Amino acid sequence: MAEAVVRELRASFTAGRTRPVEWRAAQLTALVRMIEEKEADISAALQADLAKPHMESYLHEISLAKASCKFSLKGMKSWTKPEKVPSAITTFPSTAQIVPEPLGVVLIISAWNYPFLLSIDPVIGAIAAGNAVVLKPSEIAPATSSLFAKLLPEYVDNSCIKVVEGGVDETTDLLEQKWDKIFYTGNGTIGRIVMAAAAKHLTPVALELGGKCPVIVDSDVDLHVAVKRIVVGKWGCNNGQACIAPDYIITTKSFAPELVDSLKRVIKRFYGEDPLQSADMSRIVNSKHFNRLTSLVEDKKVADKIVYGGQTDEKQLKIAPTLLLDVPLDTALMTGEIFGPYLPIVTVEKIEDSIDFINSKTKPLAAYLFTKNKKLQDNFVTNVPAGGMLVNDVALHLTNPHLPFGGVGESGMGSYHGKFSFDCFTHKKAVLIRGFGGEATARYPPYTQEKQKILRGLINGSFIALILALLGFPREKR
Amino acid sequence: MGHQDHSFSCAIHPSSLHIHSAFTLQSELELELERRARKLYEQGGQRTMAVAGLGETVCELRQAYESGKTRSLAWRQAQLRGLLRFLKEEEEAAFAALREDLGKHRAEAYRDEVGLLVKSANEALRQLGKWTTPERVWIPLVAFPATAQIVPEPLGVILVFSCWNVPLGLSLEPLIGAIAAGNAVAVKPSELSPCTAKFIGDNIGRYVDASAVKVVQGGAEVGEQLMEHRWDKVLFTGSPRIGRAVMAAASRHLTPVALELGGKCPCIFDMMGSARELQIAVNRIIGAKWSSCAGQACLAIDYVLVEERYLPILLKVLKSTLKRFFSDPDHMARIVNARHFERLSNLLKDKAVAPSILHGGSMDAKDLYIEPTILLNPPLDSAIMTEEIFGPLLPIITLKKIEDSVAFVRAMPKPLAIYAFTGDAALRRRIVEETSSGTVVFNDALVQYAIDALPFGGVGQSGFGQYHGKYSFEMFSHKKAVMKRGYLIELTLRYPPWNERKINLMRRLYRFDYVGFVLSFLGLRR
Repeated sequence: MAEAVVRELRASFTAGRTRPVEWRAAQLTALVRMIEEKEADISAALQADLAKPHMESYLHEISLAKASCKFSLKGMKSWTKPEKVPSAITTFPSTAQIVPEPLGVVLIISAWNYPFLLSIDPVIGAIAAGNAVVLKPSEIAPATSSLFAKLLPEYVDNSCIKVVEGGVDETTDLLEQKWDKIFYTGNGTIGRIVMAAAAKHLTPVALELGGKCPVIVDSDVDLHVAVKRIVVGKWGCNNGQACIAPDYIITTKSFAPELVDSLKRVIKRFYGEDPLQSADMSRIVNSKHFNRLTSLVEDKKVADKIVYGGQTDEKQLKIAPTLLLDVPLDTALMTGEIFGPYLPIVTVEKIEDSIDFINSKTKPLAAYLFTKNKKLQDNFVTNVPAGGMLVNDVALHLTNPHLPFGGVGESGMGSYHGKFSFDCFTHKKAVLIRGFGGEATARYPPYTQEKQKILRGLINGSFIALILALLGFPREKR
Repeated sequence: MGHQDHSFSCAIHPSSLHIHSAFTLQSELELELERRARKLYEQGGQRTMAVAGLGETVCELRQAYESGKTRSLAWRQAQLRGLLRFLKEEEEAAFAALREDLGKHRAEAYRDEVGLLVKSANEALRQLGKWTTPERVWIPLVAFPATAQIVPEPLGVILVFSCWNVPLGLSLEPLIGAIAAGNAVAVKPSELSPCTAKFIGDNIGRYVDASAVKVVQGGAEVGEQLMEHRWDKVLFTGSPRIGRAVMAAASRHLTPVALELGGKCPCIFDMMGSARELQIAVNRIIGAKWSSCAGQACLAIDYVLVEERYLPILLKVLKSTLKRFFSDPDHMARIVNARHFERLSNLLKDKAVAPSILHGGSMDAKDLYIEPTILLNPPLDSAIMTEEIFGPLLPIITLKKIEDSVAFVRAMPKPLAIYAFTGDAALRRRIVEETSSGTVVFNDALVQYAIDALPFGGVGQSGFGQYHGKYSFEMFSHKKAVMKRGYLIELTLRYPPWNERKINLMRRLYRFDYVGFVLSFLGLRR
């Protein structure tokens, strides 16, 4: 089945359907229309899949998707133009340019936590770059998946953009085909499988994975504002089930009590006395993840560290915002990506120690720092490798289309958003046009001493060597 | 030169070796190969011990990187200057090694390897400040006050697999980029060019920081062992077969890779406007086929496409120019080893292909020399037309109309480069728009490699990832997005509890409808 899909798309691509900028613009315009006309349906699907509050659906998925479409529509004209670059004296006279061309037929495998955005955003980039696309939405968000399967054919060119639904079997089938690029959002285990499958066909990949995103909180901050931003960045992002949500906090031993107090107050203000009843909090996506999460705090030595929250409702698949303090570092909660509403706080002696702590773990997708101390900010930016960083806020950087969004190390490879999405699905073809005006016979055998001297000069960009070469030195005996 | 080729899953036992070749020096070749295989088998024990030291090497590199020493601009500049000194002081030794491994004339060695490295190192030194400076980017008003920038940071510890045909260049060019980007680096030169590998390994430590730049010698098992470790990026130059193995091994650690592979680079030859242009074009074709490692180059012209009515004149000029250029066979490199020599001679021995040999064809197994050979219309399903030739054999395929070349090239896997000699702007546009390749060059060949502003790399079967110039720096960097905010302005409607009013306000903001936002906020508009 996957083979037939790829064959059809390859035929469409080879026929050149996806190349004209007008076609690409038409698809993107249709997508904007789809998002506008079907906003209620999209929100409903997200509510069904994740009990996602309407505000989150709007703020984090729908509006970002629309903005991404519009940004690409605006930028496409200049992005698709060849870019002139300086030639070298070595090849004078010549003109050089970089011509962007689509890779061909690409596969996009999406995730379940932002099932609408993480599907549509890479698709936008692939279309803007002129490719044919297969989207495989996550089966763990089935309402959104079937929404895509229903809606996309109504709005876009079905001979070039297809949705393939399914689980492990269908995905395996897709991964066996030959693609020109595979874009995967998800976890590191499957990321490895995707890359290994791609290796068979020498297919380049982009992997948007996760990690434990740390938040360093210094004592010199405007605490109330900082805590509000942390709380909304954690539980206001799909209840912590987001690759860029804060995974854990690091602060000094002395500041921890004040921080914990402030966190408790803000959580109460945002979600009320009984957060399980709050309509502003997503639920855990399914019982498998619910059990995974609750088992993280089963161990007594972890459960003892809970300082706030911890309530669960298995029927509704809800877990309340939960704070833990100084959980032993060798527990599962502290070693793996949490991806849920637990927020452990790690304490250190001096705030600078947090840098080493973060670097002792694998590189995260995002790292956050709350401080007014410029020296600490510089130390953080220079010495903490991460996909992206934000100082004095959480998660916002992904909304800026001028910043590349992607991981490094265990958090992934490749980046997208804005023009980076276009580049992700583009081959930058170098094109050199030479004339016959300057013929440097020094290049050719038989290699005489004279020729070698001129060659040296030419390669090192010497004008004199160029002039000599252009004048036909050394003179060849005919 | 008794080493295995880059083949990851092969273990040679003398008795399992068999040759099926029907050429005159068969017995000698067979004996030689058996001798080498036996030697390898005996060396196997020693090799396992050598491989154990690899773990330490990788550890040292990681320690060097973690110490932070490779981050400073001063360190990077010192290494680049060290490389420049190395290339200058050891130039003669470099020429000798390349002559020994491949029979490269010193002019070719300078033009294609040493000279280009000097250019690249100088360029990196010149641009380092610019490349390492964070780039400020636009930020929406709604986030005010805030700053956003893209900060390049090194990936960490890099592994570079070089190739035998440009053994110095393909080892050091990536090294320049990796160092410029602030990484620690391990380079594994190809064991098939052992003199150059030894030359690099024995000498480079005197010119660069040997704790952070290491050379690892060895063949296939060393390559496999290296891939057991976690790297922050791997650059592989070589064949697609090994490229697949490298990428599969890298996937275990989620190590990003760049693959510089090959392909059959076609040369589309349209009629030239004058005799002078025709001569120049032929010079360039010969230069890109035989004058660069005897055609053993990923960017070499693999085959030529020409309209049948222009064939006679093309052939005439080709033959006369070949005679002139290679009057002294010393000016053409030789075939790297007996295995490749056998591979190439088999391409010609193919019964369906042999009749199409128009010029040349003579070979000397002892000297590993194959004369520049031209073939006319060998069958398209023969090995010489389906596999990358990587040698001094040039098939010419004739077409009714030169425009048919576009369809011909499209039917083949995407090559590293497409060359076209033509003055026809319409044909040029068709080639650029309707074909896909790493690079396209009009009216010349191979020279694109020397231009720093042009990214060098393949697409599809010819690989992925690009380098040269600032692309080398970017290949070994992570572009980290960094955004900073202040506490001055707080947008309380971000926070729960949420309601329709807040959502509507956000809608206006997101449309950058600031006026509408203010009015809404003040309750003066719904």
